[in-house]
Amino acid sequence: MKFGVVVFPGSNCDQDCFYVVKDVLKQPVEYIWHKDTKLDNLDCIILPGGFSYGDYLRTGAIARFSPVMKSIADFARKGGTVIGICNGFQILLEAGLLPGVMLKNRNLHFICKHVYIKTQNIQTRFTSLYKQGQILKMPIAHNEGNYYIDAAGLRELRDNNQVVFRYCSATGKDSDEFNPNGTLANIAGIINKRGNVLGMMPHPERSSERELSSQDGYFIFKSIVQWLKARRVW
Amino acid sequence: MVKPNVYHSLGLSDKEYQNILKILKRKPTNTELAMFSVEWSEHCGYLCSRKWLKLLPKRGKYKTLIGEDSGGIIIDGLAIIFKMESHNHPSQVEPKQGAATGVGGIIRDIFTAGARPIALLDSLRFGPLNQSYNKYLLTGVVDGIQFYGNCVGVPTVGGEIYFDESYSGNCLVNAMCIGIAKKDKLVRAAASGLGNSIMYVGSSTGRDGIGGCSILASHEFKEGEEKRPTVQIGDPFTEKCLIEATLEAINTGYVVGIKDMGAAGLTCCTSEMAQAGNSGMDIELQAVPRREENMQPWELMMSESQERMLICVKKGKEDHIKKIFLKWDLNASVVGKVTNDGLVTIRDDGKIVAQIKAHSLTKAPVYDMPYKKPRYLRELNKLALGKIPEPEDYNKVLLRLMAAPSITNKTWVYEQYDHMVQTNTVVLPGSDAAVLRLKGTKKAIAATCDCNSRYCFLNPYRGAQIAVIEAARNLVCCGANPAAVTDCLNFGNPEKPESFWQFKNCVEGIADACRLFNIAVVSGNVSFYNESPKSVIHPTPTIGMIGIINDINKTCAQNFKQAGEAIILLGYCREELGASEYLKEIHNLTKGDAPQLDLKLEQAVQKTALKAIEKDLVNSAHDCSEGGLAVALAECCISDKDNMIGANINKLNYDMRQDALLFGESQSRIILSCNSDCVEKVRKIALEFKAPFCVIGKTGGRVLRILNGIEELVSLPLEDLYAEWSGSLKKEIER
Repeated sequence: MKFGVVVFPGSNCDQDCFYVVKDVLKQPVEYIWHKDTKLDNLDCIILPGGFSYGDYLRTGAIARFSPVMKSIADFARKGGTVIGICNGFQILLEAGLLPGVMLKNRNLHFICKHVYIKTQNIQTRFTSLYKQGQILKMPIAHNEGNYYIDAAGLRELRDNNQVVFRYCSATGKDSDEFNPNGTLANIAGIINKRGNVLGMMPHPERSSERELSSQDGYFIFKSIVQWLKARRVW
Repeated sequence: MVKPNVYHSLGLSDKEYQNILKILKRKPTNTELAMFSVEWSEHCGYLCSRKWLKLLPKRGKYKTLIGEDSGGIIIDGLAIIFKMESHNHPSQVEPKQGAATGVGGIIRDIFTAGARPIALLDSLRFGPLNQSYNKYLLTGVVDGIQFYGNCVGVPTVGGEIYFDESYSGNCLVNAMCIGIAKKDKLVRAAASGLGNSIMYVGSSTGRDGIGGCSILASHEFKEGEEKRPTVQIGDPFTEKCLIEATLEAINTGYVVGIKDMGAAGLTCCTSEMAQAGNSGMDIELQAVPRREENMQPWELMMSESQERMLICVKKGKEDHIKKIFLKWDLNASVVGKVTNDGLVTIRDDGKIVAQIKAHSLTKAPVYDMPYKKPRYLRELNKLALGKIPEPEDYNKVLLRLMAAPSITNKTWVYEQYDHMVQTNTVVLPGSDAAVLRLKGTKKAIAATCDCNSRYCFLNPYRGAQIAVIEAARNLVCCGANPAAVTDCLNFGNPEKPESFWQFKNCVEGIADACRLFNIAVVSGNVSFYNESPKSVIHPTPTIGMIGIINDINKTCAQNFKQAGEAIILLGYCREELGASEYLKEIHNLTKGDAPQLDLKLEQAVQKTALKAIEKDLVNSAHDCSEGGLAVALAECCISDKDNMIGANINKLNYDMRQDALLFGESQSRIILSCNSDCVEKVRKIALEFKAPFCVIGKTGGRVLRILNGIEELVSLPLEDLYAEWSGSLKKEIER
């Protein structure tokens, strides 16, 4: 089993993701330079957070043209496991691997703080070790985390159980008061229909160790590892 | 003969021009004149300050490293490199880009030493927010810091923000960066080895920032001046790529030296790298990548375009280095070579346009500036407490202080900064200091920046001492052993003897306090001319300090943890109100003397707190500073909004004015909380170090209650305190 962490110029959570996989989960991992196109030996690809190409244009809008993205689309089409965190989520949206778009936060500021999210779907390879409705503490850090999709799209997401995480209070209240950035229906993370591509704004790699304010993110990586172990071959 | 108006417009005096003629023994070319003007600017050359900076101790309890552009300490083979620098004038003129490029510049000073930047802190000062321009500056500066810091992937983990009328017309933006490296991977900012190549890497050169250091940073603001063109524009994306490429390049072992092209750009890099390496340099300007047409040699030599560096590379290894930078889509071109003639030779298409001895450029003249104690201090230092009415309602006063702009919580600011990227931030912003783990070790570092400039205005020597010891106290409250200092010295016009007296006294104060605590000053920066027709800033010697935590599991934060803890006061309260936030906010007075300071007592208190934390005896520790005991206690109660804990302070028994007891800013006080079975153990430690020790109350409930003797002075629900403390900055900004 091997993880790959994509490095775009401007990625800045690549080393954090790498560290969690290698030093916390003790799993093999390598960096994938954005101009590389070979993903042959990899089982899970992480698109990390950051500001790919500076994100001076719309977030992720340039990164999706990087050579590696075509290979990642192929990889996903074949059922490979892909997780996009923060900027990685934004890139997955731009690349069309997940539905919807990302708008600026409604307060028009960058927001970095711990928030609470609630699991909506634990029947995925990313969330199988959580309980349904479990409340997780995780940090967000973004300018554009205000997810939007039209009514038909939202209905489809819901019908297919594609909303994986929603923002809530420490006790699980999911009213607008606990929506940090204006995102539609408090959506914090979604999965594709096939269930092999996850995008989420909160940072599980920043909440996977005892020294950091929360360890709730650890089980996302752990779920992936468990899933990959069980089904080494697709 | 060059006409005086030419060199005057470059910021050179008649005397300095005569000096240049003497050095060259001929008339300078335009390029040479430009080079002298930037290198001999106060900003780069430290003409006025150098004599006094020698007082600062370069050695302390940890092994120090003093480099050309930054400094640090070494622990267990790991170098912790850090520095603070000002970007005041650019921020006053163009707050977003001014602050952004301040952050970018200080980060480059760290990674050009071979260290990976792991944290940023910012010390910011503005005029009152009821003036719209000050609000524009605050929001612009915060926007600039988040724009640059977030993108470049270095967490902004701490800092301070103060407001005072003296900063209207001249805000202060001091940015500090911390980096780490294996000791043997450090690189100097020096060029050596005859025939080695000089490479230019990073962004191309434009006309931005010409005269930034000489015209903008080394003069005060005058009425109606337009200085925006002298501010540079930041590109954090390029900087992020530069960090990765540079560290990769250093890892090859082919890099002899690197220097950031910051203030004074190419001029500074060529002359200072040659000087530091005891060599010379021959540069061809045609090889310099540029983004504008028809740039003259003098413009290329003065430009302060951002995100550029000069590298000295081992002969024959140029292609290795070039490949790395090209991989990151960055410019990398060989622009010259190292010589052994001690000269900086600048050519344009082969033709020499400047040729100057490196050391005559870098050894700017040293001026012995006259100084004089300002006469107004005699009046200002007098404070007749009897004439100040005592408030009727202490609850009201406490609530007002909690909402005071300098005390109120700064969530609105630091939530805009990514303070967690790199996953090292163990204690998040909002406590006494930030704590960062050092991955792969059991250790952590704590960092803070501090300066109460009102103290420094009323008593520069003691105010500066307090800045040092308060920074140390903040670190101790996190469980860290204070280790080393970087200072950013912000003052008015040094040509005015009163301003220079403030500078001299502050430097002496820092030097004496650091010596007593055995802490070295490893790096720093001086910013003069911080004045405008509106005001002269209060003297502001900002202290950035790093502390070492030996066991990451033994850190501490300021908030009470649970009901039933004993609350301990180390140190004691004096009847003093001079220079306090209380006098300023409630009585509108900037008067009296800075608080008294007994350095022996301070050490006793700090040692007691540190040992108690290291022995895992205490649950929280918080320093008493602006707003005094009452504000500090309130912060202990409410700073963890998910777990607010009340307190009943019923064992104080002081015979003094109640307002002085509650809001006086006596130094050398730390509030601890611990489980009741640990009280005696903490008392024993206090006895060992001879620190005054007193159990003053107990945690619990949803109210902060403070009694003196049997008289109840304060009784406030935590929700009320929290509302004032947490919401007022945002409210003020959005008003």
